[in-house]
Amino acid sequence: MIELNLELNAIYVIVARELKKFLREKSRFIASLARPLIWLFMVGAGLSRIVSPRAGMPYTQFIFPGILGMTILFSSIFSSISVIWDKEFGFLKEILVAPVSRSSIVIGKALSGTVVSFIQAAIILLFFPLLGMHLTLGQVMLALFISAAVAFSISAFGIVLASFYESYESFSVIMNFIIMPMFFLSGAMYPVRLLQTPLRVAASVNPLTYGIDAIKNALFTAGQGPMGPDFSLGLDIGVVLASSVLFVVLASRFFERRA
Amino acid sequence: MPVIQVEHLVKRFGPITAVNDISFDVEEGSIFGFLGPNGAGKTTTISILCTLLSPTSGRAVVNGYDCRLEPQKVRKSIGIVFQDTTLDKDLTAYENLAFHAYIYGVKKSEVRRRAEDALSFVGLTDRKDDLVKRFSGGMKRRLEVARGLMHQPKVLFLDEPTLGLDPQSRSNLWEAIIELPEKHGMTVFMTTHYMEEAEVCGRLAIIDHGKIIARGSPEEMKGIIGGDVVYIKTRNNLKAKEEIKEALGMTAEEKDGELFLTVENAEASIPPLIRAIAETALSVRIERPTLNDVFLKLTGKEIRREEAGGADTIREEIRAWRRKH
Ligand SMILES: Nc1ncnc2c1ncn2[C@@H]1O[C@H](COP(=O)(O)OP(=O)(O)OP(=O)(O)O)[C@@H](O)[C@H]1O
Ligand SMILES: [Mg+2]
Repeated sequence: MIELNLELNAIYVIVARELKKFLREKSRFIASLARPLIWLFMVGAGLSRIVSPRAGMPYTQFIFPGILGMTILFSSIFSSISVIWDKEFGFLKEILVAPVSRSSIVIGKALSGTVVSFIQAAIILLFFPLLGMHLTLGQVMLALFISAAVAFSISAFGIVLASFYESYESFSVIMNFIIMPMFFLSGAMYPVRLLQTPLRVAASVNPLTYGIDAIKNALFTAGQGPMGPDFSLGLDIGVVLASSVLFVVLASRFFERRA
Repeated sequence: MPVIQVEHLVKRFGPITAVNDISFDVEEGSIFGFLGPNGAGKTTTISILCTLLSPTSGRAVVNGYDCRLEPQKVRKSIGIVFQDTTLDKDLTAYENLAFHAYIYGVKKSEVRRRAEDALSFVGLTDRKDDLVKRFSGGMKRRLEVARGLMHQPKVLFLDEPTLGLDPQSRSNLWEAIIELPEKHGMTVFMTTHYMEEAEVCGRLAIIDHGKIIARGSPEEMKGIIGGDVVYIKTRNNLKAKEEIKEALGMTAEEKDGELFLTVENAEASIPPLIRAIAETALSVRIERPTLNDVFLKLTGKEIRREEAGGADTIREEIRAWRRKH
């Protein structure tokens, strides 16, 4: 019992630290909201001129779940990548010599990313009326729940990534070779079913694909033809949850490993 | 039962053997000094003892728990101040301490009081709510020591705790560290480059190229040099030499107009010596071997020499401490 308390304390304090730092950096917060809004209202609005509205829905509505996914992807990965900072500036040692299980450290870190991403995704979600969408409270709640689950899974994935890298210079490698492909091969910009086979296969092993698809399932009403969700909501949520567990286990392994 | 036991510990990093088959024990409630030149393997040994590295072979036991097999129990028993700073610079001093307290399971009702005690202990009370990134190097160091004490560990590892501190802060910190075994029953394992600090350790080990080349109390270490040297100025060196030979059976030698002889224990030798040369003696001076002499003899390198001011205040602390015991 005391042991469980200790673990929960550790998770709490790791999340509290991240949140405190996040709230202190107002500019980071504002910048992180700017990116999805630029995509939504500039890229999305621009592309909607060349995508036929006969496809089922306006393009700005189609990419909305993708933009939510993007918000979560970037802020979760940013948050988890801070593990590399902690390595470089030594604070990770302070955490690693503490008498708490490595899984608690990973869960604490993943929840930090989750909270930070969730706040941003929830703010972006509130822009739906500007896109001409009509959502019920139930749909919004479901989308929020899914966002939290996706945020956790991606944050845990970010920790797995961070455990491979020693210095912050590797950040651009992660950005260009992992994050950007993950975004473009996630069904965010175009329905997965319309991709050529190799790309479709790549998209189908990308956990973000299912996360974004789950949000599509929540926000789009049935029967939207080629622009609608690619998979069932059950499958989507199943993959998101299973991948979360997988990433937490993997990351804990890597943290347990001592040179 | 020693609180730290190290047996045939080896750590290799690829082709480099950082720690090469070392063994030693540290008694509970003592201050153990681990000395050695740069790259000798001190930090590597500490990293194994605090479970951040696994040994290549051999065994390390802290507080009865094997560092490799029961890391979690070892972690519960120890506190550590790393050689390089491990503070979160984007948090305040208080927040760094509070984080530490929570992650070590200190009771919520206790956290504030302990943090305040710790801050006043290292003289940082008025900087409590400042971000650590605005701290000077010395202030960061002191904050780290305070943090290591927050959870009242059984064994405290200090990897060069006073590095970069001014003489004033250094002697204050020392005063505090010296009291830990008695006041809190803590065992202190520390590395240092200052011989004044090494002097205060109950036991020392000198490590070089990953091997322990000498062990013992500071006094035993100095024995390696072969005793104290007594220098005597006299009115008549020839006469004094004869008198010494007659009374003590020892041959004094002459250097720069002074007589000198090496004796095992200067305090005990001086009264008979004075009696023998009462007529001719002008002044008597004793030179004791320092740990620096020992270090130099064993490793061929000097322990970093201390600037005069700092050394004096530390020496005073040490004397005061010795008097108390
Ligand atoms: N992670 C590592 N990978 C490779 N070599 C290492 C690693 N850590 C230490 N070493 C090597 O092991 C040896 C011992 O290093 P260590 O840090 O233990 O020395 P030290 O006694 O603490 O020295 P200093 O007084 O400079 O702090 C050095 O040769 C160092 O280069
Ligand atoms: Mg070192």
